[in-house]
Amino acid sequence: MDNTDKLILNKIQAEFPISERPFLELGKELGLEEADALERVKNLKESGIIRRIGASFDSKKLGFKSTLCAIKVPEERVDEVADIINQYPEVTHNYLRNHAYNIWFTLITPSRERIYQILGEISQKSGILDVREMPSTRVFKIAVNLRFKGAGNDGTDI
Amino acid sequence: MTEPIFDETDKGLIRHLQGDIPLTERPFREIAERMGISESMLIERARLFKEKGYIRRFGATLRHRQAGFSANGMGVWIVPEEDRERVGKIMATFKEVTHCYERPSFEGWPFNLFTMIHGQSKEECFEVAERISEATGITDYKLLFSSREFKKTSMQYF
Repeated sequence: MDNTDKLILNKIQAEFPISERPFLELGKELGLEEADALERVKNLKESGIIRRIGASFDSKKLGFKSTLCAIKVPEERVDEVADIINQYPEVTHNYLRNHAYNIWFTLITPSRERIYQILGEISQKSGILDVREMPSTRVFKIAVNLRFKGAGNDGTDI
Repeated sequence: MTEPIFDETDKGLIRHLQGDIPLTERPFREIAERMGISESMLIERARLFKEKGYIRRFGATLRHRQAGFSANGMGVWIVPEEDRERVGKIMATFKEVTHCYERPSFEGWPFNLFTMIHGQSKEECFEVAERISEATGITDYKLLFSSREFKKTSMQYF
């Protein structure tokens, strides 16, 4: 990954052009030919650095409910319980973390009722009663950009 | 808030843009063909979705670890209710903080502000948390690191 790749990543994380020739547009901004811009993005995708390029929807604005959940799982049952949780397509993220509440997952569903239903089922299937959910009550920031240092295109240290 | 009403084209757009766009010179033409609408209609509607905030971001999502951001620490903070607006706004200014939310606390879990901190190492995350602590004056906090990722997907809405 060279400096141009880092510039591309900083740029397209924030915004990928929605236009007929997005790579032409992207290339222009970075002083690259369209084919070169496309080739570089393809390589970044193939090497696994880019997971995907697409839309991140505001689930709330689409009418969906989201929440963060935590469950206290005995260490020896972590894999089994993670599998139970992962079965639900409404579960988008699921991590093991260093705390007594050790499995943390996010849910996006069409209704609050569905959240309660899923958590009830997880509790029932795992036999673990200590499942909590913490829907956000205020949002101060959502920005998933990972800023690469030394590749600032506006002179800032990013 | 009234629930938004989406027609079939809207739902098709959400379905096709929630995944991964094809890496070709004209990705939107290809998607439009799959949807059976014109390229210009797709572009116009996708831009409208962005304008209205249904699409929060259109761009690349990276695999953090492959991109060199191997540590992801969930900072959890105990902040008095009357101070949260001030503190949350300061936390949001840190470039290493990608998400910052207020969430409800409960018995056995006194933390109420959450910051996702991405860094190239655990040490870097600790260092960022320490700087946040100094900037906000909040000293009651923990960093929960993810030691395993069980699932990370983007939501399939429709």
